Amino acid sequence: MLERLADLVNADASLVRRGRYLSTRFLVETGAIAWLVTVHEGRLTAVERGPFLLRDWTFAVRASEDAWRRFWAPVPAAGYHDLFALTKGGHARVEGDLRPLMANLRYVKDVLAKPRRSA
Amino acid sequence: MADLEPVVGRYLRLTLDGRPHRVYFEEAGQGMPLVCLHTAGADGRQFRHLMNDAEITRHFRVLAFDMPWHGKSLPPAGWQDEEYRLTTRGYVELIRTFIRALGVERPVVLGCSIGGKIVLELARLHATEFRALIGLESADYQAPWYDDTGWLHRPDVHGGELAGALMSGLIAPQSPSETRWDTLWMYMQGGPGVFKGDLFFYRADGDFRDRVGEIDTGSCPLYLLTGEYDFSCTPADTERTAAKIKGARVTVMEEIGHFPMSEHPAQFRRYILPVLEEIRARG
Repeated sequence: MLERLADLVNADASLVRRGRYLSTRFLVETGAIAWLVTVHEGRLTAVERGPFLLRDWTFAVRASEDAWRRFWAPVPAAGYHDLFALTKGGHARVEGDLRPLMANLRYVKDVLAKPRRSA
Repeated sequence: MADLEPVVGRYLRLTLDGRPHRVYFEEAGQGMPLVCLHTAGADGRQFRHLMNDAEITRHFRVLAFDMPWHGKSLPPAGWQDEEYRLTTRGYVELIRTFIRALGVERPVVLGCSIGGKIVLELARLHATEFRALIGLESADYQAPWYDDTGWLHRPDVHGGELAGALMSGLIAPQSPSETRWDTLWMYMQGGPGVFKGDLFFYRADGDFRDRVGEIDTGSCPLYLLTGEYDFSCTPADTERTAAKIKGARVTVMEEIGHFPMSEHPAQFRRYILPVLEEIRARG
């Protein structure tokens, strides 16, 4: 589900600029599939598809395939329209070291929402 | 000719909790007074569309103050050694003092979020002072969607950027880009720790589950309107609250989130105009 994420993000100059102070690796789970997203100064340098063995990451965002599909709908329904709407509703979990997430929240939320714009 | 809006801003000197304050407020229109209360961590600019709506201002004198610590209202002298925390008692005192100081007679009060919540306490304790009360995104309690408000005020995370990014999710996807970003800008401009201090009231001190049943809507009508995309104060939170208050009127607003008047003024007016018309007809 995230195969095109790096291209989508890196083509958006304003998004890359907003992430320029972030270099980290975070985990996204879409159902049973895990993805490691590597960020270097706002650009996605790798989006790898799991499974992974002994790889580290700072924070993780996990949701079912169905939840992501609803989240990426062109006009998402209430409760599926935001990362934290998903977590409050029990449709997603955010775990790990939250400091890089909170310090760059608009950037990370926009990265995760990128597939919606291409829908 | 200058393209002036009908909105006028002034400063009002008030004593709150025994301390002098300088409170900024704006107003537009003539007629029945309508006092508007902004959301946590924001300011009275959220009501600029109501104040520029001739349909409203030809019947209502619309007033909106910036709470102390917010917008153009400074914190009281000595603030630098204090942690700001909004309390139920202090918020009620602020609203009643503002209204008394301006000599406004039995206004309608319309508040959103923390403003919608405090309307419940005005209804319970001081109903006869108001012509009608309108709570937007209002509930006696709402479950938190993040546990630690400490993220909003610490040196390694920009509180304004974080507040804007958090609040962006509470805006409906249908809301127009310009008004969405106006709304978020106000959050990004908040003073350090102010949004967090308001949330003390929203989350902890303003848990009114044990008392909203005492509200008598016979003394003052109570309208509660909540946006379907609000996952902070959900439509279910408002409906659960209203079920305890005989006579409370509930409307769930489609394609609206937590900031109706600010994020999508055109959609909000479809819901608020009939309410204001009903209040006016009652006189």
